[in-house]
Amino acid sequence: MSKKKIVAEETNFQKNDAFNLTMIPGAFARKMRTCLIWQFIRFITINIKMIIVVGKSH
Amino acid sequence: MARLVVLGGGVAGHTTATFAARWLGSEHEVVVVTPNAKWNWIPSNIWVGVGEMKKEEVTFDLAPVYAKAGITYRQAKAVSINPEGGESSDQPFVTIEYTSADKAGQSETIEYDYLVNATGPKLNFGATPGLGEGSQLGEHTVSVCTSDHAVHAFEKLTEAIEKMKAGTRQKILVGTGHGMCTCQGAAFEYIFNIEHELRKAGVRDMADIKWISNESFLGDFGMGGLHLKVGGFVVSSKLFAESLFAERNVEWIIGAHVSKVEEGKVHYELLDGSTGEEEFDFSMLIPPFAGVGLKAYNKAGEDITDTVFAPNGFMKVDANYNAGAYENWKASDWPKTYQNPTYKNMFAAGIAFAPPHIISKPMSSPNGTPINPTPPRTGMPSGIIGKTVAHSVCALIAKGENAHLHEASMAKMGAACVASAGKGVFTGTAAAMTVYPVVPDFEKYPGTGRDTNYTFGEIGLAGHWIKHILHHLFIYKAKLNPGWTLIPE
Repeated sequence: MSKKKIVAEETNFQKNDAFNLTMIPGAFARKMRTCLIWQFIRFITINIKMIIVVGKSH
Repeated sequence: MARLVVLGGGVAGHTTATFAARWLGSEHEVVVVTPNAKWNWIPSNIWVGVGEMKKEEVTFDLAPVYAKAGITYRQAKAVSINPEGGESSDQPFVTIEYTSADKAGQSETIEYDYLVNATGPKLNFGATPGLGEGSQLGEHTVSVCTSDHAVHAFEKLTEAIEKMKAGTRQKILVGTGHGMCTCQGAAFEYIFNIEHELRKAGVRDMADIKWISNESFLGDFGMGGLHLKVGGFVVSSKLFAESLFAERNVEWIIGAHVSKVEEGKVHYELLDGSTGEEEFDFSMLIPPFAGVGLKAYNKAGEDITDTVFAPNGFMKVDANYNAGAYENWKASDWPKTYQNPTYKNMFAAGIAFAPPHIISKPMSSPNGTPINPTPPRTGMPSGIIGKTVAHSVCALIAKGENAHLHEASMAKMGAACVASAGKGVFTGTAAAMTVYPVVPDFEKYPGTGRDTNYTFGEIGLAGHWIKHILHHLFIYKAKLNPGWTLIPE
């Protein structure tokens, strides 16, 4: 019998009924959260967005 | 020469006083009355509470900063306001009581031409039996509302971690300690920073972490939640908040009014009227906020506190306090100038102003217990309101009582918020969010109440970098270092 691969991100769905009804990020989405190149791009993007909102608020 | 007295030296009061002093110059006097000797960048207290920062990194002495700015500094708490003056003079004045070691308990009156009430909140621990007495934290739980509280919280957390390392499973409960709390964001940050620290310490599997909150849904944050554009959809913050909790294996109890706290146990009532108990080994519960208890007297010495202040102790301003039922609420109910309607030379800024109503949908249990978050007015809105009020006071001093007052309605103001979910240059994460406007305007933005082009959020390392940079940037600004006026609130 082939061994079933356990997907770490999906195991939490089973821990709680409320968890089962929401979404949990997969491995790729979680990796991207701390990927330096991607996060540097996001850093620039978020800063621009925040500056626009700050500008609209003053 | 005119004298502006600012009550409070937090984000709103400090912003008002420093800008007013700069714009008014030495021709006029700015006085700050605050019971604290140190300024505290409160958003970073959560990092003190997990041992990632020292108290000294989030505080600094106020006296040298005010001396540099030419501001008269009184380390004292305001006790009462006499907006019509007293028996011998029509000049309005405040009565203060010193808190500094050398003058503790001594009273003094300070006459003013203009008054800005920016006292912030009273941490009303006493509202929940067992949570504390008056504004004093009790012995059963911890808090991160002040830097000293955060130091104490870290000591208790360290004890819990040591127990986990020794093989004793620990129950951790974080959230709000009353049905009418605000500041869910601080508790949100603290619970995920604890979770992050437990993983770093290698004891995450020894902890059961649970959230308890007065929000009717996760992600409400006292703003009725927000809607974000993600992947071509516009979705509620509820989905993203629940996702983060599920991902980090943090269970939740929501719609909860904590009615009593005992050693190792809280009692709560839910929106459906049912009651329950939750045991804990370590718990951080945010207290509800109230006004600091300032009194007001007219010229005859009669108590006019009810005229100047709302029942919750916050100062009445140019808001619509007669909006009635939820269905009638409008964005225009929210104050614009923060001027007291009775005494035009008084303003309130930051948490000290009385909001017209809450932002979230009002809810109560079948037993009549109100269980809903009260409106957040901290951080960026506090700073912007403080600066706006400073503008108005300076205009009144320069041009007289008919001067145009500046406006900063929370229904036309956005906010940028960064909620830490764990600290680390390469491993940290934070939810970076903007919301525009803070108070939803369903007439202008039918559906979500907000402009979804300017309301967004995402979690990642970039958010952590931004929060860390903002920590240094705002402390730099508050110290009035070169170029401080260029840094926006």
